[in-house]
Amino acid sequence: MLELDAEAIYGELARRVREHIAGSSPVLVGVHTGGVWLAERLRADLDIAPEVGILDVSFYRDDYSQGGLSRGVRPSRIPFDINGAHVLLVDDVLNTGRTVRAAMNELFDYGRPARIELAVLVDRGGRELPISTSLVGRTLEVPGDVSVVLSRDDDQRLQLRLERAAGA
Amino acid sequence: MSLTLAIVNGRVIDPASGLDAPCDIAIADGRILALGAPPAGFAPQRVVDARGLVVAPGLVDLCARMREPGAEGALRGEMRAALAGGVTGLACPPDTDPPLDEPGLVRMLRQRSREAAGARLYPLGALTAGLAGQALAEMHTLAQVGCVAFCQTAALPANLGTLLQALRYASTFDLPVWLRPVDASLVGDGVAGDGPLASRLGLPAIPVVAETVALHTIFELQRTAGTRIHICRLSSAEGVALVRAAKREGLPVTADVSVQHLHLVDENIGYYDSNCRLDPPLRSAQDRAAIRAGLADGTLDAVCSDHAPVSQEDKLLPFGEARAGASALETLLPLILAWAQAQAVPLVRALGAVTAAPARILGEDTGMLAPGRKADLVVFDPQASWTVQPEAFHSSGHNSPFAGQTMTGRVRYTLVGGEVRFEAAT
Amino acid sequence: MQVLTRSPQLNSDGGLHHLLSIAELPRPLIERILTTADGFIAVGTREVKSVPLLRGRSVFNLFFENSTRTRTTFEIAAKRLSADVYNLNVAASSTAKGESLLDTIDNLTAMQADIFVVRHAQGGAPYLIARHVAPHVHVVNAGDGRHAHPTQALLDLYTIRHYKGAFEPLSVAIVGDILNSRVARSDIDALRTMGVTDLRAVGPLTLLPAGLETMGVRVCTRLEEGLRDADVVIMLRLQNERMRGALLPSAAEYFRNYGLTPQALRHARPDCIVMHPGPMNRGVEIDSAVADGPHSVILPQVSFGIAVRMAVLSMVASSQQEGAQRA
Repeated sequence: MLELDAEAIYGELARRVREHIAGSSPVLVGVHTGGVWLAERLRADLDIAPEVGILDVSFYRDDYSQGGLSRGVRPSRIPFDINGAHVLLVDDVLNTGRTVRAAMNELFDYGRPARIELAVLVDRGGRELPISTSLVGRTLEVPGDVSVVLSRDDDQRLQLRLERAAGA
Repeated sequence: MSLTLAIVNGRVIDPASGLDAPCDIAIADGRILALGAPPAGFAPQRVVDARGLVVAPGLVDLCARMREPGAEGALRGEMRAALAGGVTGLACPPDTDPPLDEPGLVRMLRQRSREAAGARLYPLGALTAGLAGQALAEMHTLAQVGCVAFCQTAALPANLGTLLQALRYASTFDLPVWLRPVDASLVGDGVAGDGPLASRLGLPAIPVVAETVALHTIFELQRTAGTRIHICRLSSAEGVALVRAAKREGLPVTADVSVQHLHLVDENIGYYDSNCRLDPPLRSAQDRAAIRAGLADGTLDAVCSDHAPVSQEDKLLPFGEARAGASALETLLPLILAWAQAQAVPLVRALGAVTAAPARILGEDTGMLAPGRKADLVVFDPQASWTVQPEAFHSSGHNSPFAGQTMTGRVRYTLVGGEVRFEAAT
Repeated sequence: MQVLTRSPQLNSDGGLHHLLSIAELPRPLIERILTTADGFIAVGTREVKSVPLLRGRSVFNLFFENSTRTRTTFEIAAKRLSADVYNLNVAASSTAKGESLLDTIDNLTAMQADIFVVRHAQGGAPYLIARHVAPHVHVVNAGDGRHAHPTQALLDLYTIRHYKGAFEPLSVAIVGDILNSRVARSDIDALRTMGVTDLRAVGPLTLLPAGLETMGVRVCTRLEEGLRDADVVIMLRLQNERMRGALLPSAAEYFRNYGLTPQALRHARPDCIVMHPGPMNRGVEIDSAVADGPHSVILPQVSFGIAVRMAVLSMVASSQQEGAQRA
C-alpha cells in the first residue's frame, strides 16, 4: 500500500510554483473542493494578495448526460476581473484532463484571461485530452480502478489516500 | 326460435320468489315450462349442463346507453356487450342524438333492437322536447310506441315551472317520470365530488347540495303532482337519507344507484384517471357506505350499470375535459357478486337488485324465474376468475375504471325468450 | 383499480424525471433543487450568463393558457442552459379545432423535443402528457388549472430561505383567492414539507377551499388576525373573473378588507417579507406603498425564479428512465 505524505508533496508543489511565478502576479483559482484548499494554502504561502477564486465545474462537465448533476453543486465565485488576468488554476489530482477542460471553459465564460497555467498536487497520468503541466507536486502511476483522494484533517493538514473504486 | 331446452344441475337463484336451490329448468316456446321435474314426455332439443354454475333471471339494467340514434350501427355492438354481461333487458335513456322525443325515432330504435336480437329494449322517452327543459314532449304518443317512462338525463330543468307541468302531465296518463337529482346551477363548472381529493387535485368541485337541493325540489313537486318518480343515480349519503325519508312519508318513489358508485370512491381518481370521471361524480367512503346501507334496507331499490361507452379521444384528455362515463355492461355481474361477497349480502338478495327490483320499476314481465314467465336467463360461473381487459370488450367503449383488475364471476350463457343469444367460448 | 399509485414524476432512483407537483416531492429532493439553484444564481451575475449543460437539447414551451411572464422566465432559464427554446402559444381553442392535446405532443416529440414546459387551464393536463410521452422526454408543469404551480412554490421557498434561513420557526400568511390559486396550493404543500407549522390562509369564505385545516392550515377571515406576527406574507393575485363569478362584490370592497396596506402590515413582524407571484393588481390586493416598500421582495423573486427554473430543467433533463433513448 503506497504511503503518500501529502504535506511533503504539497511542499514540493509550492516550491515549484514559487520558482515558476517569480516576477509575475497571478490570481489563484481553485477547482472545488480539493483545488480550493490547495489554492488557499498557496495564497498564504506565496503571499498572493487577491482572494482565491472558486470554480464548481458541474455545469461544464462532459458526462452530464450519463450522470446528471452531482449532489453537491456549489456556486462558483470569481471575486476579481478575469479579463486580462494571469490565472493559476489549481486542482488536486490531474487524471484524464476533463475537469481542467471544463474549468477552462467555465473561466472563459467569466471573461478572457491573458494566460492560464495549471498547478496540481498529483499527476496520476491516464490523460484523454492534450493537457499537461510542469507544476506538479508528485507524479504517480496508479491502476485505472484506483482513485487518488485528497482530504483535510481537523488541523487543516492535507491527507492523500488511494481508494479502490467499488465495482467501477 | 322455438327451441325446447333443459338447463340441468344448476343452482337456481330467483330473487323474486326467494328460491336458491339446485334445480332443473325446462324451457319451451320461449317460456319457462317448469322448475324442477319437467312434465312427462319433455324431450329437449338441447341440454345445458349447469353443474357448478348459477342460473338466475337475466339481468335487467335500468340504464345502458346504446348510442343510437347517433352512432350508426353502434347498437349491435352494445347489445352484444349486454348479452356478454348477462343482461337480457335494458332501459336506454333518451340522451341520444337526436334525443328520443319523437315516435319515429322510438320505432326505429325498437326495430333495430329486434334485428340485433340482443337484450330486450325498454326505451325511455324524453320528458321535454329535445331534452331542453322548455316544452313538454309528446309523452302519451311516445308511451304508445313503447316508451316505458320519461326522463331528463343530465339535470332537472332549470325552469321548475316546466318540471311541475311535466309531472302533472305525466300523472294524467299515469306515466312514470325518471329524474336525475341534479341542480345544474349548483354543479357549476364542477367535475369531481367535493372533498379532500378534489381540493388536492385542484379540480372544480360538485357540492353535495347539487344533489340534495334537487331531491328536495323533486319531492316537493311530487307532493303536488302525485307522479310516480324514479330517482336515477344517487351519489351521496345525504341523498340516500332524503330518499329514505320520502319513502317513509309514503311518496311513490323508487331509486337506483350505479354499480360504479357501489364500489368506487373519489380517491380512485388517483393521478387524474379520467376513467373515473363519472356523472354523478364519485364521492367519499362515507357516501359509498351509505349507498350500501341504502341497498340493504331497501331505501335504494336497484343497481344499474349506467353503461356509457366513450371513445378514447374523449377520455384521453385532461380530467376536466374528458367525457364522463364508464363502459360497464361487461363488469356489472362480477361487481354485483363482489359487493355480495364483501358486504355479506346473500346472493339471492344481491341479484334481486339487478333482476326482480328493476323489472318491478319498469313494470315489465321479466326478471323472475317461474313457470309461464318469459325465459330470460343468465347462466354464470360464480367462481371463474378473469382480468378486465377493456380492449377485449364487446362494447365499443373501452373506458372501464376497473381495467387490469381481477373479477370473479363470468357469464356462460345468456338466454332471451328461450333462445341462447350468448354463449361464452370455453 | 387502474389507479396510478406511484407518482409519475420520480424515476426509479427517486430522482426528478418530470416536475408535475411539489406535493409529492420528498424534502431532501426539494433541498437539492434549492442548492442547485444557488449555483445558478452565481451564473446570473457573470458576463456570460449561460452554461453549456443543455446544449443540443430542445425545450418546448407549451402554453395553453396565456402567460408572458412565466413563459419568458422559462425561456430565459432554458437559454441560460444553452438549450434551444421553442415557444408555442397554443390557445385552448386550437385544441378544440381538431388536433387533440396528445396529438400535439406526439408531433412535437417527432421534432426532437426533449422537455415540455406546459401551462394548461385544466388540472391534471401535465400528468396526462407525462403518462404519454416517450421515456426520454420530460414534462415540467408551469401551472395546471387550479392544481399546482411547482416552480413558483420552489422559487417562493428559495426566496424565504434566502431572507429567513430555517423554515420551521416561521409564521407564514397566504392572502387572497386561495380557492382558485394553484400558487397557494403549491405553496402550502411546499411549506408543510419544509417544516412550517404556523401557516395561515386569509380571505373571505367564498375564496377559501374546504379542508384547509386538514392540510394543517389555519383559516382566518380577518386580515389583521392572519397577519399577526407573521414573518412571511404571500399575497395572491385577485383575478377579475372572480368578480364576474359572483364570488366577490367588487375590487374596492376586497381591497378595503384584504388589501395589504402599510397599516395592515404593521400587524406582521417588523422584519417580515412581502411576496407576490405577480403580476400585481396594485390597489386591489396590494397597496403600491407596500409593493415598492422595504418589506417587498417581489423583484428578487423574479431573478430567483430564473435560477430555480434552471435547476429544475437541468435536473429533469439528466434523469434516466428505463427504455430511454434519445432519437
